[in-house]
Amino acid sequence: MTDLTRLTIAQARDEMNKGTFSSLDLTDAYLAAIDAANPAINAYVKITPDKAREMAKASDTRRAGGTAGALEGIPLGIKDLYATQGVHTQACSHVLDGFEPRYESTVTANLWADGAVMLGKLNMDEFAMGSSNETSYYGPVINPWRAEGSNANLVPGGSSGGSAAAVAALLCAGATATDTGGSIRQPAAFTGTVGIKPTYGRCSRWGIAAFASSLDQAGPIARDVRDAAILLKSMASVDDKDTTSVDLPVPDYEAALGGSVKGLKIGIPREYRIEGMPAEIDALWQQGIAWLKDAGAEIVDIELPHTKYALPAYYIVAPAEASSNLARYDGVRYGLRVPGKDIAEMYEKTRAEGFGEEVKRRIMIGTYVLSAGYYDAYYLRAQKVRTLIKRDFELAFDAGVDAILTPATPSSAFAIGDVNLASDPVKMYLNDIFTVTVNMAGLPGIAVPAGLDPQGLPLGLQLIGRPFEEETLFKTAHVIEQAAGRFEPKKWW
Amino acid sequence: MTLVDTRTPDPKRLVPGATGDWEIIIGLEVHAQVTSNSKLFSGASTTFGNQANSNVSLVDAAMPGMLPVINEECVAQAVRTGLGLKAQINNRSVFDRKNYFYPDLPQGYQISQFKDPIVGEGEIIISVGPDRQGNFEDIEIGIERLHLEQDAGKSMHDQHPSMSYVDLNRSGVALMEIVSKPDMRSADEAKAYVTKLRSILRYLGTCDGNMDEGSLRADVNVSVRKPGGEFGTRCEIKNVNSIRFIGQAVDYEARRQIAIIEDGGTIEQETRLFDPGKGETRSMRSKEDAHDYRYFPDPDLLPLEFDQAFVDALKANLPELPDDKKARFVAEMGLSVYDASILVSEKAIADYFEEVAAGRDGKMAANWIINDLLGALNKSGKGIEETPVSPAQLGGVIDLIKDGTISGKIAKDLFEIIWEEGGDPAEVVESRGMKQVTDTGAIEKAVDDVIGANPDQVAKVQAKPALAGWFVGQVMKATGGKANPKAVQNLVKAKLGIED
Repeated sequence: MTDLTRLTIAQARDEMNKGTFSSLDLTDAYLAAIDAANPAINAYVKITPDKAREMAKASDTRRAGGTAGALEGIPLGIKDLYATQGVHTQACSHVLDGFEPRYESTVTANLWADGAVMLGKLNMDEFAMGSSNETSYYGPVINPWRAEGSNANLVPGGSSGGSAAAVAALLCAGATATDTGGSIRQPAAFTGTVGIKPTYGRCSRWGIAAFASSLDQAGPIARDVRDAAILLKSMASVDDKDTTSVDLPVPDYEAALGGSVKGLKIGIPREYRIEGMPAEIDALWQQGIAWLKDAGAEIVDIELPHTKYALPAYYIVAPAEASSNLARYDGVRYGLRVPGKDIAEMYEKTRAEGFGEEVKRRIMIGTYVLSAGYYDAYYLRAQKVRTLIKRDFELAFDAGVDAILTPATPSSAFAIGDVNLASDPVKMYLNDIFTVTVNMAGLPGIAVPAGLDPQGLPLGLQLIGRPFEEETLFKTAHVIEQAAGRFEPKKWW
Repeated sequence: MTLVDTRTPDPKRLVPGATGDWEIIIGLEVHAQVTSNSKLFSGASTTFGNQANSNVSLVDAAMPGMLPVINEECVAQAVRTGLGLKAQINNRSVFDRKNYFYPDLPQGYQISQFKDPIVGEGEIIISVGPDRQGNFEDIEIGIERLHLEQDAGKSMHDQHPSMSYVDLNRSGVALMEIVSKPDMRSADEAKAYVTKLRSILRYLGTCDGNMDEGSLRADVNVSVRKPGGEFGTRCEIKNVNSIRFIGQAVDYEARRQIAIIEDGGTIEQETRLFDPGKGETRSMRSKEDAHDYRYFPDPDLLPLEFDQAFVDALKANLPELPDDKKARFVAEMGLSVYDASILVSEKAIADYFEEVAAGRDGKMAANWIINDLLGALNKSGKGIEETPVSPAQLGGVIDLIKDGTISGKIAKDLFEIIWEEGGDPAEVVESRGMKQVTDTGAIEKAVDDVIGANPDQVAKVQAKPALAGWFVGQVMKATGGKANPKAVQNLVKAKLGIED
């Protein structure tokens, strides 16, 4: 039998429908691949083989009974931020030691309802705070990609580094991820995978540990655009338990693929041409423009004048919300508790030991910007900037632009333990420069692989769409994918 | 909030000090638990007295990834209350997070409303008195705002030698924080305000007002000043849970502040606690220790918006409130303002009254309730809810007076029997032979007996006809009070030859 893990979701689905193999066969193939690769890649923090086989068998029974769901028998990896009933759910933080919820997040429940199988929980930056997956309590994830002729370990990006690495290394058919400032799109770009952050409100946030509530969105990372479309269709739903979720029908995203982009107006924002941008990033961008033009799209220059304020504003709003969202991890009810002589000391010791450096940094920034006397100067101002950023996009869309094309990241994957980045958090934050605006405006954004840099590392392009017009993004990203081809890492593990 | 002085200093409300008179300034923040089946942002029950941690949902316990969902009934209750306080209803309001660490606050923040509350300015008319002349004074107390917020859980420090336990049953229960303007000038006014507010809430059915269960509690802000001067520095006395304690706390705190200022000291802005055992307040934390709550809009909740139709529908179904009821009792039932005020003070009393008065003489019903029923309840320490005499029974007593079956005097005895032993008034009268004697023959015999036995008095009455009353009294005594007093009087006068 060929290696089943090489099949995309769409291919595996079609083969299983034909009866070529069972979900249990497919699941076993992935479990074997994980066993072999995970010690090197560290994508999974918890592998659930028994549960996976049990779910696969149940899926095969359903298929035999003629009631196959849209993801029937497809083995997936789940980011550790999602609550999975009775299974390790710790946001890759020490503070949630031993936490196994009694509930299932709405998004994963949707996936299981469509027949999917869970392989385990995926590594991530602690509480989704990071751009390199180095802040995980469970250690960094290693990018399956290496520069040509180098054995140096690279980061997979973050915070959904485990999701991206697992997809790229064929350790799952697809993965759930979350994106607060680029946490789906940046790791997708660093690993040659496809990641979409849907419109804010498209997926329920219920059961996903909150980082920054007004920015957090669930989305998939997949091997190609079609798989991303299939996964998002199952993940998305309105939810009575999340009042910020939106009651709009979920379209058949897969059906949008192959549609023509002829006459589609693609905006190119001049403000994204940042100072010191590597030549290969600019070249990639120009290539993307050329492909879309060739496919009949109309390319227009647009202005998003408040772009330069997006990153600083993001690093006020996100930490502010995080400082409050993470207050519940206090050692009283669940997770880690470090005893103290009184309640205050218990809090201090638990939180000092339970949270890593980056999480503490953001809690402190967030606490500071919300403090009396600073609120107006920081938080309120950042919210105003946010309104202006949103308006920039609205004006562009009002002028007839259907989607906006930008680079996904300012560079390809960088080295683990990069001293330059470790010493200067702001440099690390610059990784999000092309992605945070999308979260600030609540828009959908997709990262699609578009080429390799001179070192042979993948680079991605980003498409930004109108609210709830993910179909346009899938259609357009598919055109880029067709033109660029697929990119796979050489197996070294 | 800017403080506006709405009152002119009134000499009768000033308190004397060593350096002259002082004026007390009081503002109240009342926390009223919303009457609802489930909590403000979760489906957990609000039932009081359940086993610890049995009314707790995943949201109340702040499990990772949980999100609040607004309970529409709590919103309706807040709007009803706002309407009852004749207040501005804000069709758009915002929930904010108030951040602080405490073991009984699982989220690490309380969801409250800070900048944009659901209800704005309103008013309550309180009635203070009676004074020596028996007059009541109506005073308008301004309402600053009303907002919705979550209650905290409960820390229990008496369950384990070295640890504290937490009960989250109350965590997330909806509270209305009702903030008054600094419009009160005496302990009596503060007590009258809470009494009236509680009464309005109970009429509306938006809060049960049970202070001993913690459903209603007040933070009392007190400052003192020379009459008409600048407002002084205030101290906030937290969580006072009875109307009597509110009065005691105000008086103690005012005396404490006056003594400090008159000794040349200054008042430090601080939060204080009232100790009911000692009847005094003591410092809890100073302004320097005050929390920085880092309020910001809760990103999990969209702004709370409703249309005018929602408000109008609630308004159309609002029950009659005490002030309106009082006016109706005066205008339509002929009651005095004093009597009407007493009857509407509690919704249960007003309901009782209306049941008794239905189809009967309102004034008579009012007198019986105020003088006899409330007197007896008061003496036995019972509330109207625990009355042993039902409205039907009291109505029966009144009917027996009205149709001449018993006299007013016998009725008092009958009331006592019903109070002690219960029973149908008509049956009790029948079985105990308490019926008024109207048989002229029997009365005539008794009159003849009294006249025959008292020739001296007969002689005197000729000179002084008013003495006929003595004969009436003797006859009533002889008949055990059952003779119809009117019939006795007529017969006595006729037999003694006294003209009317």
